[in-house]
Amino acid sequence: MKVRLVDIAHARSGDKGDTANVGVIALQPNWYPLIDAHLTRDRVRAHFAGVITGDVERYALPNLKALNFLLHGALDGGGTLSLKMDAQGKVFSTAMLRMVLDVPDDEARILELPPAPA
Amino acid sequence: MSKTPDPNRIVRVASGQGFWGDWLDAPRRQVEGGPVDYLMLDYLAEVTMSILQKQKERDPAMGYARDFIGAMESVLPAVVDRGVKVIANAGGVNPVSCARAVLEVARKAGATGKLKIGVVTGDDLLPRIDALIGAGHSLTHMDTGAPLSTVRDRVLSANAYIGSAPIVEALAKGANVVITGRSTDTALTMAPLRHEFGWGAADWDKLAAGIIAGHIIECGAQCSGGNCLHDWRNIPDLANIGYPIVEARADGTFVIVKHPGTGGRISVPSVTEQCVYEMGDPNSYITPDVVADFTTIHLADDGPDRVRVHGIKGRPATDKLKVSIAYRAGFKAVGTLVYSWPDAMDKARLADRVLRERLDRMGLRFDQSLTEFVGVSSTHGPLSVASGEAQEVQLRVGVRADDRQMVERFTREIAPLVLNGPPSVTGFAGGRPKVEEIVAYWPALVDKTVVQTSVEVLS
Repeated sequence: MKVRLVDIAHARSGDKGDTANVGVIALQPNWYPLIDAHLTRDRVRAHFAGVITGDVERYALPNLKALNFLLHGALDGGGTLSLKMDAQGKVFSTAMLRMVLDVPDDEARILELPPAPA
Repeated sequence: MSKTPDPNRIVRVASGQGFWGDWLDAPRRQVEGGPVDYLMLDYLAEVTMSILQKQKERDPAMGYARDFIGAMESVLPAVVDRGVKVIANAGGVNPVSCARAVLEVARKAGATGKLKIGVVTGDDLLPRIDALIGAGHSLTHMDTGAPLSTVRDRVLSANAYIGSAPIVEALAKGANVVITGRSTDTALTMAPLRHEFGWGAADWDKLAAGIIAGHIIECGAQCSGGNCLHDWRNIPDLANIGYPIVEARADGTFVIVKHPGTGGRISVPSVTEQCVYEMGDPNSYITPDVVADFTTIHLADDGPDRVRVHGIKGRPATDKLKVSIAYRAGFKAVGTLVYSWPDAMDKARLADRVLRERLDRMGLRFDQSLTEFVGVSSTHGPLSVASGEAQEVQLRVGVRADDRQMVERFTREIAPLVLNGPPSVTGFAGGRPKVEEIVAYWPALVDKTVVQTSVEVLS
Protein backbone atom coordinates (compact mmCIF):
# COMPACT_ATOMS: atom_id res chain seq x y z
CA MET A 1 0.00 0.00 0.00
CA LYS A 2 1.20 3.53 -0.73
CA VAL A 3 1.54 5.67 2.38
CA ARG A 4 2.41 9.35 2.30
CA LEU A 5 5.04 10.37 4.83
CA VAL A 6 3.05 13.58 5.40
CA ASP A 7 0.20 11.46 6.79
CA ILE A 8 2.35 9.60 9.33
CA ALA A 9 5.00 12.14 10.35
CA HIS A 10 5.60 15.79 11.04
CA ALA A 11 8.86 17.63 10.60
CA ARG A 12 10.89 20.76 11.21
CA SER A 13 13.95 21.98 9.35
CA GLY A 14 16.65 24.59 9.81
CA ASP A 15 20.11 25.52 8.61
CA LYS A 16 23.73 25.40 9.60
CA GLY A 17 25.84 27.02 6.91
CA ASP A 18 25.17 25.31 3.58
CA THR A 19 23.54 22.33 5.31
CA ALA A 20 19.82 21.96 5.93
CA ASN A 21 18.72 19.69 8.75
CA VAL A 22 15.36 17.96 8.67
CA GLY A 23 13.93 16.35 11.77
CA VAL A 24 11.19 13.85 10.94
CA ILE A 25 8.91 12.89 13.83
CA ALA A 26 6.40 10.02 13.89
CA LEU A 27 2.82 11.22 14.39
CA GLN A 28 2.19 8.14 16.51
CA PRO A 29 4.92 6.39 18.55
CA ASN A 30 4.07 2.98 17.05
CA TRP A 31 4.74 4.36 13.54
CA TYR A 32 8.34 5.23 14.39
CA PRO A 33 9.87 1.79 13.60
CA LEU A 34 8.26 1.91 10.15
CA ILE A 35 9.64 5.37 9.46
CA ASP A 36 13.02 4.29 10.82
CA ALA A 37 13.03 1.31 8.46
CA HIS A 38 11.93 3.18 5.34
CA LEU A 39 13.82 6.46 5.65
CA THR A 40 17.26 5.05 5.00
CA ARG A 41 20.14 7.28 4.05
CA ASP A 42 19.98 5.97 0.47
CA ARG A 43 16.25 6.57 0.20
CA VAL A 44 16.60 10.16 1.41
CA ARG A 45 19.62 10.71 -0.84
CA ALA A 46 17.53 9.55 -3.82
CA HIS A 47 14.58 11.73 -2.76
CA PHE A 48 16.73 14.87 -2.73
CA ALA A 49 18.73 14.02 -5.88
CA GLY A 50 18.89 17.17 -8.00
CA VAL A 51 17.84 19.30 -5.01
CA ILE A 52 21.03 19.17 -2.96
CA THR A 53 24.64 18.99 -4.17
CA GLY A 54 26.20 17.19 -1.19
CA ASP A 55 25.73 14.02 0.79
CA VAL A 56 23.13 13.03 3.39
CA GLU A 57 23.82 12.12 7.02
CA ARG A 58 21.27 10.32 9.15
CA TYR A 59 20.82 10.14 12.93
CA ALA A 60 18.17 8.35 14.95
CA LEU A 61 16.50 9.72 18.09
CA PRO A 62 14.30 6.80 19.17
CA ASN A 63 13.62 8.64 22.44
CA LEU A 64 11.82 11.37 20.49
CA LYS A 65 10.46 8.99 17.81
CA ALA A 66 12.44 11.11 15.40
CA LEU A 67 15.13 10.92 12.73
CA ASN A 68 17.47 13.77 11.92
CA PHE A 69 18.88 14.22 8.43
CA LEU A 70 21.66 16.56 7.44
CA LEU A 71 21.39 17.57 3.80
CA HIS A 72 24.71 19.01 2.72
CA GLY A 73 24.96 21.49 -0.12
CA ALA A 74 21.27 22.26 0.22
CA LEU A 75 21.27 26.03 0.45
CA ASP A 76 23.27 27.52 -2.45
CA GLY A 77 26.12 28.43 -0.11
CA GLY A 78 23.84 29.07 2.84
CA GLY A 79 23.01 32.07 4.99
CA THR A 80 23.67 35.42 3.40
CA LEU A 81 25.50 33.95 0.38
CA SER A 82 22.43 32.09 -0.80
CA LEU A 83 20.23 33.38 -3.60
CA LYS A 84 17.49 30.92 -2.76
CA MET A 85 14.03 31.90 -1.58
CA ASP A 86 14.48 29.35 1.19
CA ALA A 87 18.03 30.34 2.07
CA GLN A 88 17.66 29.04 5.61
CA GLY A 89 16.14 25.70 4.74
CA LYS A 90 12.94 26.45 6.62
CA VAL A 91 10.72 24.37 4.33
CA PHE A 92 12.95 21.40 3.56
CA SER A 93 10.80 19.84 6.28
CA THR A 94 7.77 19.64 4.02
CA ALA A 95 9.90 18.71 1.00
CA MET A 96 10.92 15.61 2.96
CA LEU A 97 7.28 14.87 3.77
CA ARG A 98 6.52 14.55 0.04
CA MET A 99 8.02 11.09 0.21
CA VAL A 100 5.66 8.16 -0.46
CA LEU A 101 6.38 4.82 1.19
CA ASP A 102 5.55 1.36 -0.12
CA VAL A 103 4.25 -0.58 2.87
CA PRO A 104 3.07 -4.21 2.75
CA ASP A 105 -0.73 -4.31 3.10
CA ASP A 106 -0.63 -6.48 6.23
CA GLU A 107 1.74 -4.18 8.03
CA ALA A 108 -0.24 -1.12 6.99
CA ARG A 109 -3.42 -2.68 8.33
CA ILE A 110 -1.88 -3.64 11.66
CA LEU A 111 -0.43 -0.16 12.12
CA GLU A 112 -3.69 1.45 10.88
CA LEU A 113 -1.77 3.63 8.44
CA PRO A 114 -3.83 6.11 6.44
CA PRO A 115 -3.68 5.15 2.73
CA ALA A 116 -2.47 7.74 0.24
CA PRO A 117 -5.36 9.38 -1.64
CA ALA A 118 -5.76 7.84 -5.09
CA MET B 1 27.79 28.51 45.62
CA SER B 2 27.03 25.99 48.29
CA LYS B 3 23.29 25.90 48.69
CA THR B 4 21.39 22.96 50.08
CA PRO B 5 19.32 21.89 47.12
CA ASP B 6 15.63 21.87 47.91
CA PRO B 7 14.22 19.28 45.48
CA ASN B 8 10.88 21.07 45.33
CA ARG B 9 12.20 24.53 44.64
CA ILE B 10 11.32 25.79 41.17
CA VAL B 11 13.18 28.42 39.19
CA ARG B 12 11.37 29.93 36.22
CA VAL B 13 13.25 31.18 33.17
CA ALA B 14 11.05 32.83 30.55
CA SER B 15 11.97 33.29 26.91
CA GLY B 16 11.03 36.74 25.67
CA GLN B 17 12.81 37.02 22.34
CA GLY B 18 13.90 34.35 19.87
CA PHE B 19 15.86 36.59 17.51
CA TRP B 20 16.45 40.26 16.78
CA GLY B 21 13.18 41.17 15.11
CA ASP B 22 10.92 39.01 17.27
CA TRP B 23 7.63 40.20 18.79
CA LEU B 24 8.28 43.45 20.64
CA ASP B 25 5.48 42.80 23.11
CA ALA B 26 6.74 39.37 24.19
CA PRO B 27 9.15 40.44 26.98
CA ARG B 28 6.49 42.52 28.73
CA ARG B 29 3.89 39.76 28.37
CA GLN B 30 6.32 37.29 29.92
CA VAL B 31 6.95 39.35 33.06
CA GLU B 32 3.31 40.42 33.49
CA GLY B 33 1.50 37.19 32.64
CA GLY B 34 2.50 35.20 35.71
CA PRO B 35 5.44 34.36 37.94
CA VAL B 36 8.92 34.31 36.40
CA ASP B 37 12.34 34.63 38.01
CA TYR B 38 14.43 35.31 34.92
CA LEU B 39 13.69 36.79 31.53
CA MET B 40 15.98 35.45 28.79
CA LEU B 41 16.34 37.43 25.58
CA ASP B 42 18.26 36.07 22.58
CA TYR B 43 19.13 38.64 19.93
CA LEU B 44 22.06 37.22 18.01
CA ALA B 45 22.00 35.19 14.82
CA GLU B 46 25.06 34.07 12.91
CA VAL B 47 25.80 37.27 11.04
CA THR B 48 24.23 39.75 13.48
CA MET B 49 27.62 40.54 14.99
CA SER B 50 28.92 41.86 11.66
CA ILE B 51 25.92 44.16 11.23
CA LEU B 52 26.55 45.48 14.72
CA GLN B 53 30.27 45.85 13.96
CA LYS B 54 29.42 48.03 10.94
CA GLN B 55 27.15 50.17 13.13
CA LYS B 56 29.90 50.57 15.69
CA GLU B 57 32.34 51.68 12.99
CA ARG B 58 29.93 54.46 12.05
CA ASP B 59 29.20 55.41 15.67
CA PRO B 60 31.43 54.12 18.50
CA ALA B 61 28.46 54.25 20.92
CA MET B 62 26.48 51.77 18.79
CA GLY B 63 26.95 48.10 18.04
CA TYR B 64 24.32 46.47 20.25
CA ALA B 65 20.74 45.27 19.70
CA ARG B 66 18.67 48.46 19.96
CA ASP B 67 15.42 46.52 20.44
CA PHE B 68 16.72 45.51 23.86
CA ILE B 69 16.49 49.09 25.12
CA GLY B 70 12.76 49.16 24.33
CA ALA B 71 12.37 45.75 25.92
CA MET B 72 14.07 46.99 29.10
CA GLU B 73 11.73 49.98 29.20
CA SER B 74 8.75 47.65 29.05
CA VAL B 75 9.98 45.26 31.76
CA LEU B 76 11.67 47.77 34.06
CA PRO B 77 8.86 47.79 36.65
CA ALA B 78 9.05 44.01 36.97
CA VAL B 79 12.83 44.14 37.40
CA VAL B 80 12.80 47.00 39.90
CA ASP B 81 9.67 46.14 41.92
CA ARG B 82 9.42 42.36 41.67
CA GLY B 83 13.00 41.25 41.34
CA VAL B 84 12.78 39.66 37.90
CA LYS B 85 16.28 39.35 36.48
CA VAL B 86 17.10 39.82 32.82
CA ILE B 87 19.76 37.97 30.83
CA ALA B 88 20.40 38.99 27.24
CA ASN B 89 23.09 38.67 24.59
CA ALA B 90 21.99 42.08 23.33
CA GLY B 91 25.41 43.59 23.92
CA GLY B 92 26.61 42.57 20.48
CA VAL B 93 30.04 44.11 19.86
CA ASN B 94 29.49 46.83 22.44
CA PRO B 95 28.04 45.46 25.70
CA VAL B 96 29.32 48.41 27.74
CA SER B 97 27.45 50.98 25.62
CA CYS B 98 24.40 48.75 25.75
CA ALA B 99 24.57 48.74 29.55
CA ARG B 100 24.91 52.53 29.62
CA ALA B 101 21.82 52.88 27.45
CA VAL B 102 19.90 50.62 29.84
CA LEU B 103 21.09 52.67 32.84
CA GLU B 104 19.79 55.74 31.03
CA VAL B 105 16.38 54.04 30.69
CA ALA B 106 16.39 53.47 34.45
CA ARG B 107 17.41 57.05 35.16
CA LYS B 108 14.57 58.44 33.01
CA ALA B 109 12.12 56.18 34.83
CA GLY B 110 13.32 57.45 38.21
CA ALA B 111 14.94 54.11 39.03
CA THR B 112 18.53 55.28 39.30
CA GLY B 113 20.51 52.88 41.45
CA LYS B 114 17.94 50.10 41.10
CA LEU B 115 19.80 48.26 38.38
CA LYS B 116 23.03 46.38 38.78
CA ILE B 117 24.12 45.47 35.28
CA GLY B 118 26.63 42.69 34.82
CA VAL B 119 28.54 43.28 31.59
CA VAL B 120 30.34 40.28 30.09
CA THR B 121 33.23 40.99 27.72
CA GLY B 122 36.10 39.06 26.24
CA ASP B 123 34.34 37.35 23.35
CA ASP B 124 35.51 39.93 20.81
CA LEU B 125 38.56 38.53 19.00
CA LEU B 126 38.66 41.04 16.13
CA PRO B 127 41.53 43.12 17.57
CA ARG B 128 43.48 39.92 18.20
CA ILE B 129 43.04 38.12 14.89
CA ASP B 130 46.50 38.73 13.49
CA ALA B 131 48.13 37.84 16.79
CA LEU B 132 46.11 34.62 16.91
CA ILE B 133 46.99 33.66 13.33
CA GLY B 134 50.61 34.56 14.06
CA ALA B 135 50.58 32.28 17.11
CA GLY B 136 49.45 29.36 14.97
CA HIS B 137 45.66 29.54 15.43
CA SER B 138 44.67 29.20 11.79
CA LEU B 139 40.93 29.66 12.47
CA THR B 140 40.20 27.15 9.73
CA HIS B 141 36.67 27.14 8.30
CA MET B 142 34.86 24.29 10.06
CA ASP B 143 33.10 23.12 6.89
CA THR B 144 35.53 23.86 4.06
CA GLY B 145 38.86 23.54 5.90
CA ALA B 146 40.20 26.77 4.41
CA PRO B 147 42.46 28.86 6.68
CA LEU B 148 41.17 32.30 7.68
CA SER B 149 44.20 33.92 6.03
CA THR B 150 42.41 33.45 2.66
CA VAL B 151 39.82 36.09 3.62
CA ARG B 152 41.77 37.93 6.34
CA ASP B 153 41.57 41.36 4.68
CA ARG B 154 37.78 41.08 4.42
CA VAL B 155 37.03 40.09 8.02
CA LEU B 156 34.46 42.34 9.72
CA SER B 157 33.96 40.68 13.07
CA ALA B 158 35.22 37.71 15.05
CA ASN B 159 33.64 36.58 18.30
CA ALA B 160 34.11 33.49 20.40
CA TYR B 161 30.91 31.83 21.56
CA ILE B 162 31.25 31.96 25.32
CA GLY B 163 29.49 29.81 27.86
CA SER B 164 27.66 30.17 31.15
CA ALA B 165 30.58 30.89 33.51
CA PRO B 166 30.78 34.69 33.17
CA ILE B 167 26.98 35.01 33.40
CA VAL B 168 27.00 32.93 36.59
CA GLU B 169 29.77 35.17 37.87
CA ALA B 170 27.74 38.31 37.13
CA LEU B 171 24.70 36.88 38.95
CA ALA B 172 26.91 35.94 41.92
CA LYS B 173 28.07 39.54 42.03
CA GLY B 174 24.47 40.61 42.47
CA ALA B 175 23.60 41.70 38.95
CA ASN B 176 19.88 41.90 38.17
CA VAL B 177 20.56 42.48 34.47
CA VAL B 178 23.28 40.60 32.61
CA ILE B 179 24.35 41.78 29.17
CA THR B 180 26.70 39.71 27.07
CA GLY B 181 28.15 39.82 23.60
CA ARG B 182 28.42 36.54 21.71
CA SER B 183 27.24 34.12 24.40
CA THR B 184 25.76 30.90 23.18
CA ASP B 185 21.98 31.19 23.06
CA THR B 186 21.65 28.21 25.38
CA ALA B 187 23.97 29.62 28.07
CA LEU B 188 21.49 32.45 28.64
CA THR B 189 19.06 29.90 30.07
CA MET B 190 21.51 27.47 31.64
CA ALA B 191 23.52 30.11 33.56
CA PRO B 192 20.71 31.26 35.89
CA LEU B 193 19.85 27.62 36.69
CA ARG B 194 23.48 26.90 37.45
CA HIS B 195 23.58 30.00 39.66
CA GLU B 196 20.35 29.23 41.51
CA PHE B 197 20.96 25.51 42.06
CA GLY B 198 24.70 25.72 42.60
CA TRP B 199 25.46 23.21 39.84
CA GLY B 200 29.19 22.56 39.54
CA ALA B 201 31.28 23.00 36.41
CA ALA B 202 31.46 19.19 36.11
CA ASP B 203 27.79 18.36 36.82
CA TRP B 204 27.59 17.24 33.20
CA ASP B 205 24.05 15.85 33.25
CA LYS B 206 22.60 18.93 34.93
CA LEU B 207 24.53 21.32 32.73
CA ALA B 208 23.33 19.36 29.68
CA ALA B 209 19.76 19.63 30.98
CA GLY B 210 20.17 23.39 31.33
CA ILE B 211 21.54 23.60 27.78
CA ILE B 212 18.64 21.59 26.38
CA ALA B 213 16.17 23.73 28.33
CA GLY B 214 17.86 26.67 26.63
CA HIS B 215 17.66 25.04 23.20
CA ILE B 216 13.94 24.41 23.65
CA ILE B 217 13.08 28.01 24.56
CA GLU B 218 15.76 29.97 22.68
CA CYS B 219 13.58 30.40 19.59
CA GLY B 220 10.74 31.88 21.61
CA ALA B 221 7.30 30.74 20.52
CA GLN B 222 8.70 28.17 18.10
CA CYS B 223 8.21 25.57 20.87
CA SER B 224 4.83 26.82 22.07
CA GLY B 225 2.78 26.54 18.90
CA GLY B 226 4.52 28.97 16.55
CA ASN B 227 5.73 27.53 13.23
CA CYS B 228 4.36 24.22 14.46
CA LEU B 229 3.41 21.82 11.68
CA HIS B 230 1.81 19.27 13.99
CA ASP B 231 -1.97 19.82 14.02
CA TRP B 232 -1.42 23.45 13.05
CA ARG B 233 -5.05 24.16 12.17
CA ASN B 234 -6.15 23.45 15.71
CA ILE B 235 -3.52 25.37 17.65
CA PRO B 236 -5.61 27.89 19.57
CA ASP B 237 -5.36 31.67 19.57
CA LEU B 238 -2.03 32.23 17.81
CA ALA B 239 -2.70 35.98 17.96
CA ASN B 240 -2.29 35.79 21.71
CA ILE B 241 0.50 33.20 21.71
CA GLY B 242 2.27 32.53 24.98
CA TYR B 243 6.06 32.35 24.90
CA PRO B 244 7.70 29.42 26.70
CA ILE B 245 8.90 29.26 30.27
CA VAL B 246 11.20 26.66 31.82
CA GLU B 247 10.18 25.55 35.31
CA ALA B 248 13.41 23.97 36.49
CA ARG B 249 14.37 21.94 39.54
CA ALA B 250 17.75 21.34 41.15
CA ASP B 251 17.94 17.75 39.87
CA GLY B 252 18.04 18.91 36.25
CA THR B 253 14.48 18.01 35.35
CA PHE B 254 12.22 20.72 34.04
CA VAL B 255 8.79 21.44 32.66
CA ILE B 256 8.11 23.64 29.63
CA VAL B 257 5.03 25.82 30.30
CA LYS B 258 3.46 29.12 29.29
CA HIS B 259 1.36 31.64 31.14
CA PRO B 260 -2.33 30.85 31.75
CA GLY B 261 -4.76 32.49 29.37
CA THR B 262 -2.28 32.77 26.51
CA GLY B 263 -2.67 31.16 23.09
CA GLY B 264 -0.55 28.63 21.29
CA ARG B 265 0.16 25.13 22.55
CA ILE B 266 2.83 23.34 24.49
CA SER B 267 2.66 19.62 23.76
CA VAL B 268 5.05 16.74 23.26
CA PRO B 269 4.86 17.21 19.45
CA SER B 270 5.40 21.01 19.62
CA VAL B 271 8.42 20.60 21.90
CA THR B 272 9.79 17.72 19.83
CA GLU B 273 9.72 19.92 16.71
CA GLN B 274 11.86 22.47 18.51
CA CYS B 275 14.21 19.78 19.87
CA VAL B 276 15.19 18.78 16.32
CA TYR B 277 15.43 22.36 15.03
CA GLU B 278 18.90 23.22 13.70
CA MET B 279 20.13 19.91 15.02
CA GLY B 280 23.43 18.42 13.90
CA ASP B 281 24.67 15.16 15.44
CA PRO B 282 22.14 14.67 18.27
CA ASN B 283 24.60 12.54 20.27
CA SER B 284 27.00 15.45 20.59
CA TYR B 285 25.53 18.92 20.92
CA ILE B 286 28.77 20.73 21.67
CA THR B 287 28.71 23.85 23.84
CA PRO B 288 31.46 25.63 25.79
CA ASP B 289 30.07 24.16 29.03
CA VAL B 290 29.17 20.58 28.19
CA VAL B 291 28.48 18.15 25.36
CA ALA B 292 24.75 17.44 25.58
CA ASP B 293 23.20 14.23 24.28
CA PHE B 294 19.83 14.86 22.62
CA THR B 295 19.21 11.13 22.31
CA THR B 296 18.69 11.05 26.08
CA ILE B 297 15.88 13.61 26.17
CA HIS B 298 12.63 12.23 27.47
CA LEU B 299 9.42 14.21 27.05
CA ALA B 300 6.20 13.51 28.90
CA ASP B 301 2.79 15.10 28.86
CA ASP B 302 2.39 16.87 32.25
CA GLY B 303 -1.10 18.32 31.86
CA PRO B 304 -2.50 20.99 29.54
CA ASP B 305 0.29 23.07 27.98
CA ARG B 306 2.91 21.41 30.16
CA VAL B 307 5.68 19.09 28.95
CA ARG B 308 8.04 17.47 31.41
CA VAL B 309 11.64 16.92 30.29
CA HIS B 310 13.94 14.46 32.06
CA GLY B 311 16.67 11.85 31.67
CA ILE B 312 19.18 14.15 30.00
CA LYS B 313 22.83 13.12 29.94
CA GLY B 314 25.91 15.19 29.25
CA ARG B 315 29.62 14.66 28.78
CA PRO B 316 32.68 16.81 29.51
CA ALA B 317 33.11 19.85 27.32
CA THR B 318 35.81 20.01 24.67
CA ASP B 319 38.88 22.24 24.96
CA LYS B 320 37.73 24.44 22.05
CA LEU B 321 35.38 27.35 21.59
CA LYS B 322 33.54 28.03 18.37
CA VAL B 323 34.32 31.37 16.80
CA SER B 324 31.81 33.29 14.72
CA ILE B 325 33.65 35.25 12.05
CA ALA B 326 31.99 37.47 9.48
CA TYR B 327 33.66 38.63 6.27
CA ARG B 328 32.76 40.60 3.16
CA ALA B 329 31.92 38.15 0.38
CA GLY B 330 30.88 40.21 -2.63
CA PHE B 331 27.48 41.48 -3.69
CA LYS B 332 24.10 40.13 -4.62
CA ALA B 333 20.73 41.28 -5.88
CA VAL B 334 17.40 39.61 -6.45
CA GLY B 335 14.83 40.87 -8.95
CA THR B 336 11.21 39.77 -9.25
CA LEU B 337 8.34 40.16 -11.71
CA VAL B 338 4.86 38.62 -11.60
CA TYR B 339 3.16 37.00 -14.63
CA SER B 340 -0.57 36.23 -14.70
CA TRP B 341 -2.88 33.70 -16.29
CA PRO B 342 -3.11 32.50 -19.01
CA ASP B 343 0.14 30.58 -19.50
CA ALA B 344 1.76 32.37 -16.56
CA MET B 345 4.56 29.83 -16.24
CA ASP B 346 5.45 29.96 -19.96
CA LYS B 347 5.61 33.76 -19.82
CA ALA B 348 7.84 33.70 -16.76
CA ARG B 349 10.15 31.15 -18.40
CA LEU B 350 10.41 33.23 -21.56
CA ALA B 351 11.16 36.35 -19.52
CA ASP B 352 13.97 34.47 -17.77
CA ARG B 353 15.45 33.36 -21.11
CA VAL B 354 15.27 36.88 -22.53
CA LEU B 355 16.90 38.32 -19.42
CA ARG B 356 19.72 35.79 -19.48
CA GLU B 357 20.38 36.33 -23.17
CA ARG B 358 20.72 40.07 -22.56
CA LEU B 359 23.01 39.57 -19.56
CA ASP B 360 25.16 37.21 -21.66
CA ARG B 361 25.39 39.67 -24.53
CA MET B 362 26.55 42.36 -22.13
CA GLY B 363 29.32 40.01 -21.11
CA LEU B 364 28.21 39.91 -17.48
CA ARG B 365 29.61 36.88 -15.68
CA PHE B 366 28.32 36.08 -12.22
CA ASP B 367 29.78 33.76 -9.61
CA GLN B 368 26.28 32.44 -9.17
CA SER B 369 22.86 33.09 -10.63
CA LEU B 370 19.58 31.44 -9.76
CA THR B 371 16.11 31.52 -11.27
CA GLU B 372 13.13 30.44 -9.20
CA PHE B 373 9.42 30.41 -10.00
CA VAL B 374 7.51 31.49 -6.92
CA GLY B 375 4.11 29.85 -6.72
CA VAL B 376 5.38 26.86 -8.69
CA SER B 377 8.68 25.46 -7.47
CA SER B 378 10.73 27.99 -5.50
CA THR B 379 10.54 26.15 -2.19
CA HIS B 380 10.68 22.47 -3.21
CA GLY B 381 12.39 22.68 -6.61
CA PRO B 382 12.12 19.50 -8.68
CA LEU B 383 10.10 17.81 -5.92
CA SER B 384 7.24 20.19 -6.62
CA VAL B 385 4.12 18.71 -8.17
CA ALA B 386 2.09 20.74 -10.67
CA SER B 387 -1.58 20.66 -9.78
CA GLY B 388 -3.54 22.51 -12.41
CA GLU B 389 -2.42 25.59 -14.26
CA ALA B 390 -0.65 28.23 -12.20
CA GLN B 391 -2.87 31.31 -11.87
CA GLU B 392 0.17 33.53 -11.45
CA VAL B 393 3.91 33.04 -11.18
CA GLN B 394 6.54 35.25 -9.69
CA LEU B 395 9.80 35.12 -11.61
CA ARG B 396 12.63 35.54 -9.13
CA VAL B 397 16.18 35.91 -10.42
CA GLY B 398 19.21 36.39 -8.18
CA VAL B 399 22.86 36.98 -9.01
CA ARG B 400 26.04 37.12 -6.98
CA ALA B 401 29.46 38.53 -7.90
CA ASP B 402 32.56 40.01 -6.32
CA ASP B 403 32.23 43.04 -8.57
CA ARG B 404 29.56 45.46 -7.38
CA GLN B 405 29.24 47.07 -10.85
CA MET B 406 28.28 43.76 -12.38
CA VAL B 407 25.48 43.21 -9.89
CA GLU B 408 24.43 46.85 -10.29
CA ARG B 409 24.16 46.36 -14.06
CA PHE B 410 21.94 43.31 -13.53
CA THR B 411 19.47 45.33 -11.44
CA ARG B 412 18.80 47.62 -14.42
CA GLU B 413 17.75 44.77 -16.68
CA ILE B 414 14.65 43.71 -14.73
CA ALA B 415 12.27 46.66 -15.16
CA PRO B 416 12.71 46.96 -18.96
CA LEU B 417 11.12 43.51 -19.33
CA VAL B 418 7.83 45.06 -18.32
CA LEU B 419 7.61 46.82 -21.69
CA ASN B 420 10.00 44.83 -23.86
CA GLY B 421 9.39 41.25 -22.66
CA PRO B 422 6.50 38.78 -22.45
CA PRO B 423 2.98 40.09 -21.64
CA SER B 424 0.68 40.07 -18.59
CA VAL B 425 3.41 41.26 -16.27
CA THR B 426 3.07 43.27 -13.08
CA GLY B 427 4.49 43.50 -9.57
CA PHE B 428 7.47 45.78 -10.23
CA ALA B 429 6.35 48.70 -8.08
CA GLY B 430 9.39 48.45 -5.82
CA GLY B 431 11.62 49.78 -8.61
CA ARG B 432 15.10 48.43 -9.28
CA PRO B 433 16.32 45.66 -6.99
CA LYS B 434 18.73 46.74 -4.31
CA VAL B 435 22.37 45.68 -4.45
CA GLU B 436 23.31 44.12 -1.15
CA GLU B 437 26.81 43.59 0.19
CA ILE B 438 27.15 40.01 1.35
CA VAL B 439 28.53 39.49 4.81
CA ALA B 440 29.21 35.79 5.06
CA TYR B 441 29.70 33.54 8.05
CA TRP B 442 32.96 31.76 8.78
CA PRO B 443 32.72 29.28 11.67
CA ALA B 444 36.01 28.24 13.25
CA LEU B 445 37.38 26.73 16.44
CA VAL B 446 39.91 28.16 18.83
CA ASP B 447 41.59 26.84 21.97
CA LYS B 448 39.61 27.77 25.07
CA THR B 449 42.78 29.00 26.76
CA VAL B 450 43.10 32.00 24.43
CA VAL B 451 39.72 33.49 25.40
CA GLN B 452 39.49 35.26 28.76
CA THR B 453 36.14 36.72 29.67
CA SER B 454 35.63 39.39 32.27
CA VAL B 455 32.66 40.67 34.19
CA GLU B 456 32.06 44.22 35.29
CA VAL B 457 29.04 45.32 37.30
CA LEU B 458 27.71 48.80 36.49
CA SER B 459 25.04 50.63 38.42
